Amino acid sequence: MTAQHKIHSKDLNLWYGDFHALKDVSIAVRDRMITAIIGPSGCGKSTLLRCFNRMNDLNAAVRVQGGLFLDGQDCYGARLPLTQLRKRVGMVFQRPNPFPLSIFDNVAYGPRVHGVTGKDRLAEIVEQSLASTALWDVLKDRLWEPALDLSAEQQQRLCISRLVAVEPEVLLMDEPCSALDPIATEHIEELMRTLAEKYTIIIVTHNMQQAARISKETGFMLLGELVEFGQTEQVFTNPRDKRTEDYVTGRYG
Amino acid sequence: MRASQGMPKRSPLGAWLDRKQDLFISSILLVVALSAISGLVVITAFIFKEGLPIMLQVGVGKFVSSSDWYPAEGHFGIFPMIMGSLAVTAGALVIGGVLGLGCAVVLTQFCPRWAVSILKPSIELLAGIPSVVYGFIGVVILVPMIRVHLGGPGLSVLASSIVLGIMMLPTVTSISVDALQAVPKAYRDGSIALGATHWQTTRMVILKASRSGLVAAMILGMGRAVGETMAVIMVAGNTLDVPDSILAPVRTLTSNIALEMGYAAGDHRKALFATGVVLFVIIMILNTIALTVSRRRSRRKSGA
Ligand SMILES: Nc1ncnc2c1ncn2[C@@H]1O[C@H](COP(=O)(O)OP(=O)(O)OP(=O)(O)O)[C@@H](O)[C@H]1O
Ligand SMILES: [Mg+2]
Repeated sequence: MTAQHKIHSKDLNLWYGDFHALKDVSIAVRDRMITAIIGPSGCGKSTLLRCFNRMNDLNAAVRVQGGLFLDGQDCYGARLPLTQLRKRVGMVFQRPNPFPLSIFDNVAYGPRVHGVTGKDRLAEIVEQSLASTALWDVLKDRLWEPALDLSAEQQQRLCISRLVAVEPEVLLMDEPCSALDPIATEHIEELMRTLAEKYTIIIVTHNMQQAARISKETGFMLLGELVEFGQTEQVFTNPRDKRTEDYVTGRYG
Repeated sequence: MRASQGMPKRSPLGAWLDRKQDLFISSILLVVALSAISGLVVITAFIFKEGLPIMLQVGVGKFVSSSDWYPAEGHFGIFPMIMGSLAVTAGALVIGGVLGLGCAVVLTQFCPRWAVSILKPSIELLAGIPSVVYGFIGVVILVPMIRVHLGGPGLSVLASSIVLGIMMLPTVTSISVDALQAVPKAYRDGSIALGATHWQTTRMVILKASRSGLVAAMILGMGRAVGETMAVIMVAGNTLDVPDSILAPVRTLTSNIALEMGYAAGDHRKALFATGVVLFVIIMILNTIALTVSRRRSRRKSGA
C-alpha cells in the first residue's frame, strides 16, 4: 500500500464463535479525509470498525485472521502495543458515553491515562480539545459540572473532545449521529468536516445521504463482505456491483 | 379524530371503578408502610423511654465521658465501651471493607461472568453462618495466634476486628458486586477505546461511577459490625478499660448490654437501655457521615 493509506486490512476474517462475520475484507483507508462505510443492518460495519482499534478483543468468543496495518505497521505486532494502537485510533460510539465525571475530568481522562500529570498542561489540553469541537466558549465556566448534565449533542461533542485530547490519528465513528436530532446531526457533520483536515475519519452510517454529504470515499458492505469500495460519488451514482446499486437506489431490503 | 386522543374513553362508571380500585390499593399500601414505620417508632420510643431518664439523672456528658462503670454503686460511665465499639468497628471496616471491595473488583472486572455467578452466591452463603461459629473459630484459632505471635492476651481489638471484618465480607462483597455490575458497559468501552488499561479503567471510571453503591455497601457492612454481639463477646476480652493498643482487650456497647442484661435490675437495667440509646445515636451519626461524604464527593470538584 502507498504511504497515503492510513489504515489497511488484508483478507481480514472475523468469527463470533462459529459465525463468520467478516469475510476477506481488504480495505485501504486514506489519510486525512472521511471514509464512510454503509450497508444494511447486521452486515458487519460495526464489527469491521471495531477491528481497527481491536475493540473486538474484549470479546473472548471473537477470532480474527488476516492482516491489519496502521501506517504499514502490523496492528497485531509486538511493536504496536494495544494501548498505543487505541491511543492512535480512537473511537466515538453510537450513544454518547461521557464518563460520570466532570466535563474537565472527561477530557483530561485520556491524557491522564497516558501519563500527563501537570495541572497547567492538563488545563491547556482541555481547553484546546474543547475548542476543537467548539465547546470551549459554551462550557468554559462549567468545567466542573457533571458531563451527564449536558445535552445529547454536547455529550457527543464532549466524547469527540475527549478523543482529540489524546492526539489520535484516526477517529472511528459508529453511527455518531443516530442518537441526535437533525440539527445536532448537521452540527456534528460540520465538525467532522473540520476535523478531517487533521484526522483520518471512518464513519459507519445507516444514513446514505449523510455518507454522500460528508465522505470522500465509501465502502458498501453486505453479509460480512466489502462488496464495493471507491470514490463516494462513483459508489452512489455509478456503482460497479449490482448489489451496491440495489442498495443505494433503495431496492434492497 | 377520536383515536388521536390516545386514551380510550371509559364510561363514567368504569372511570369511577378505576379510581376506587386505585384508592383501595394505595390505602392498603399506606397501611402496610405505616405499620412498618410505626413498629420502628415504637421500638425507638421504648428504648428512649427506658434509657433516657437514667442518662439525664447521671448527666448525659458524664454518662458518655466517664470511665467508671460500677453499677452496684450507681456509677454509670460508658466511655470505654464507646471507644471499644468505635475501635472494633473501624478495624472491621478496614479489614472487611478492603477485602470485600477487592473481592468485588476482582470478581466483576477480572473474572469471567460464569465464575461470578458461582462465586457470588457462595460468598453470600457465608452470611448464613451463625455468629457464634465465627466467634468460636476466632477463639480457637485467631486468639491463640495473636497471643503467640503478637503478644497480649489474644482477646483483643485486633481479634474482634478480624472476626467482624470477615463477618461483614458477604454484605460488603455482595452489594459492591451489584454496584459494580450496574455500571454501564459503555463507560468501560469508552475508557478502553482511549487506550486505558483494564486497571486504569476500573480505578478511574468504574469505581467512581459506582461510588454511591460502594458507600452503601460499606455502611451496611459497618452496621453489621457495630451491631454484632455474640462473636465479639467471644473474642474481645470484655474488660472495662479504654483500649490503648490493638492488642488490648475491649468491651463494646453491644457486649455490655448482652453480658449484663441477664442479671441487671433497677437503675442498672435502665443504664443498659441508655447504652442502647447511645448505640442508636452512634449508628445514626455514622450513617449520616457516610451519606454526606458520599454526596459531597459526587458533587466535589474532582480536579485533583
Ligand atoms: N458480540 C457478538 N456476538 C455474536 N455475534 C455478533 C456480535 N456482535 C455482532 N454479531 C453479529 O455479527 C454480525 C455483524 O454485526 P455488526 O454489529 O457488525 O453489524 P452492523 O453492520 O454494525 O449492524 P447495525 O447496522 O445494525 O449496527 C451480525 O449478524 C451480528 O448478529
Ligand atoms: Mg452497528
